[in-house]
Amino acid sequence: MSIWEFANPTRFVRLVDKCLAPTAVLSAMLLAVGLVWGLFLTPDDYVQGSAVKIIFVHVPSALMAINIWIMMLVASMVWLVRRHRVSVLAAKSAAPVGAVMALAALLSGGIWGQPMWGTWWAWDPRLTSFLLLFLCYLGYMALWHEIEDKERAADLTSILCMVGSVFAFLSRYAVNFWQQGLHQGASLSLDRESNVHNAYYIPLLVCMAGFAFLFIALVLLRTRTEIREQHAAVLAARLNSDVS
Amino acid sequence: MTALLIRDLKLAVRSGGGFGFALAFFIAVALIVPLGVGPDTETIREIASGIVWVAAFLSSLLSLDRMFSIDFEDGSLEALAVSPLPLELVVVAKIGAHWLTTGLPIAATAPLAGLLLNLPADGYIWVVASLLVGTPAMSALGAFGASLTAGMKRGGLLLSILVVPLCVPTLIFGAKSIALSIAGLPNLTAFLLLAATTLLSFALVPFAAARALADGLR
Repeated sequence: MSIWEFANPTRFVRLVDKCLAPTAVLSAMLLAVGLVWGLFLTPDDYVQGSAVKIIFVHVPSALMAINIWIMMLVASMVWLVRRHRVSVLAAKSAAPVGAVMALAALLSGGIWGQPMWGTWWAWDPRLTSFLLLFLCYLGYMALWHEIEDKERAADLTSILCMVGSVFAFLSRYAVNFWQQGLHQGASLSLDRESNVHNAYYIPLLVCMAGFAFLFIALVLLRTRTEIREQHAAVLAARLNSDVS
Repeated sequence: MTALLIRDLKLAVRSGGGFGFALAFFIAVALIVPLGVGPDTETIREIASGIVWVAAFLSSLLSLDRMFSIDFEDGSLEALAVSPLPLELVVVAKIGAHWLTTGLPIAATAPLAGLLLNLPADGYIWVVASLLVGTPAMSALGAFGASLTAGMKRGGLLLSILVVPLCVPTLIFGAKSIALSIAGLPNLTAFLLLAATTLLSFALVPFAAARALADGLR
């Protein structure tokens, strides 16, 4: 039994039928526990007050925004190399989720930044690279939308994802370079990992797991929909040719 | 390959629009920004390096739309695909033709734009050098975008959305290498990184774009 067995769409759909409900329930439970614990049962931060609690949304969504792009990259490569349709459909279904995660990270960051930094937006390297990531998601989705031929759309978006990854990665470091000299002192990016207290750490982990399972559930659901849609299109085409 | 390059250059020059257009647009942007920002010499001087690069970027975007789509529509791309010349080299020739008609003239006229933008004297050599080194990357990345959108009805609009994130490193390193030299700081790092970005684009784009084009022809 290997993972490639699920490259068979029928088998994949059967797997989804089995796994979707447990994953969704698990995600809902983790999110409920993590968010309630994080938002209501943790103490206020001594400098930031209760604004600190936005990390329970901000950090998981930012983490997922990056991870989803990596997942799309892997899925695209699998499509280009092994031509498993499920793979590219999974990448397609992941893109809007990733875009929403990136947007959630940007918005929650802005909401946190307004009281803390005194501004909704700063041209900080981290913020800028996230905006670029969001743009990459939009471009990827737009390309899927614009190409009518499904096979071609799958190929071209996969190529775009691969080339885009290289330049997104490069941009992330280019932006660091750009910022250094231009706005000295304006950079406020926090290395949150090292200074999160245990009281926040564990609910944060629960939230991260919740977001991850939420993503898995959504991708499974959306990929199943995509497979069925393609299936329906094939059936409709066959029906039409039978009639004529 | 040379024949293809010459053919594309002739087409660009004779069809009008291609050759002078990008250049005129470049100068127009360099003209219009001070009009928008206000005539304050100091302010303009501060943003000059950025304006030069943004103007170069925008004008190289202009003619990308036609890079493959015309050949795609009239079938000459198919003829090229079955010719002994690999599609990768076709892409390189296309990039070359695009650069010779946009990047090179822009780099050559950049000192004029620098004059309009009150660029300090130290900056001129770096404006030309960074544009010479950086604009090929923009042509190459643009070619990638054009190969993805070839044969699309509203390809031009999508093309610019796709190309913008790809050009970010080039834009940053290019503008930075001018800005640092104006500030009297060592800018060699920025310049070398710009060159590296260009080389990286050339290592990736011909293969990716050729694959995308081959896909469209199938």
